[in-house]
Amino acid sequence: MQVPAPFEYERATSVDQAIGLLERLGSSARLVAGGHSLLPMMKLRLANFEYLIDINPLHDQLGYIRVGSDSVRIGALTRHRELLESDELASAFPIFRDAERVIADPVVRNRGTLGGSLCQADPSEDLSAVCTTLDASCVIRGPRGERVVTMEQFHVGPYETAVGDDEILIEIRIPRRDNSGNAYEKVERRAGDWAVVSAGAAMWLAADGTIADARVGLAAVGPNTTGIPEISATLRGQVPSEQAYEQAGVIAARSCDPVTDQRGSEDYKRHLADELTRRTLRKAVERARS
Amino acid sequence: MQVTMTVNDTEVTREIEGRLLLVHFLRDVLSLTGTHWGCDTSNCGTCVVWMDGEPVKSCTVLAAMADGHEVRTVEGLAQNGELDPIQQGFMQCHGLQCGFCTPGMMMTCRALLDKNPDPTDAEIREAISGQICRCTGYSTIVRSVRWAAVHEAAAAQQEVTA
Repeated sequence: MQVPAPFEYERATSVDQAIGLLERLGSSARLVAGGHSLLPMMKLRLANFEYLIDINPLHDQLGYIRVGSDSVRIGALTRHRELLESDELASAFPIFRDAERVIADPVVRNRGTLGGSLCQADPSEDLSAVCTTLDASCVIRGPRGERVVTMEQFHVGPYETAVGDDEILIEIRIPRRDNSGNAYEKVERRAGDWAVVSAGAAMWLAADGTIADARVGLAAVGPNTTGIPEISATLRGQVPSEQAYEQAGVIAARSCDPVTDQRGSEDYKRHLADELTRRTLRKAVERARS
Repeated sequence: MQVTMTVNDTEVTREIEGRLLLVHFLRDVLSLTGTHWGCDTSNCGTCVVWMDGEPVKSCTVLAAMADGHEVRTVEGLAQNGELDPIQQGFMQCHGLQCGFCTPGMMMTCRALLDKNPDPTDAEIREAISGQICRCTGYSTIVRSVRWAAVHEAAAAQQEVTA
């Protein structure tokens, strides 16, 4: 039987009370949201904490999707299922529905949360790639108030984020711009598995139809899920075309850092990074135009 | 610590350890062994129960997280001695062989029908994609759920006519 090592269970009653607990307990405490990454890691003793602070009771406060005209704000405790089912979110950012369809499985999606996924900072995790693609920023609250960081600043390394011991990720903010489209694709060996490779792409078109800006985020191809600035630089100003997508795909394949494992060889993963980059860019442009 | 939750319409209060998982609380503390315990890693889905009407994998939910919530297990499917149409469907269409995955399958499929009374085969397969059956090849499970959907629709129609 796999069970976590003993810990004290604390229940959050408000964000500030949770921060107060974290301030008092320091690194011996950890927040738990959906728990579908943390609890398995605790069962395997890959993670051990003296205190778990359950923030699920804060779902009423931190589980929301607010679609505004210039940005979308998503509460950190919004569950995968809520992200998948939100028509408003799918209409603003279809990449979320693309990704959520292939994240874990429907039952796990009933529990797992956006904030939990980002804070887990697993390099194979899909929503980090989605947020990177969309140039999202993360709102972190602590005893000294709130601060906002970019995804690049948020993702420090595998399983490591900018969220301090006494802080809590409370919201993701995504800027909205006109004439934009985005898409996500994942190749996985079986339902619910980690990605062999995933790619997200976002395109912003100028009035003359050229690419005003483009971003690509990859998952499962190295220690980081940060974007690839070289792709953005190469695509800006170009007319969307198969040739442009090919250039981006080639950059993606050479910029990532996959390793051979039971899910595929390094070569195969580079091939996927290339192909999925092309496909998602193509679809992002289709969506931007429609 | 003390937890109080409603399990199959009955309120229960117990003293537990914080690390106790919901699946073990149900099986070992409440002796509701209908919920099975399988992979321990939220992959196989045999431990699926409902929390507030939604299927969850109880090997990856702390019993403490269910405090104040409503839990339903496979023992709570039959009502007034009458099997749920999902249970009847699994009987009629050979939806199980060894039976290990069955409680989780039935809880997920009941929740599916509550949301979508007329699911396609593809929608059923998607709903159970986080659950593993090593006997049936899934075809008879899909058939069982369709059986339940059709018979529920017919029963509802009969009620309207009567």
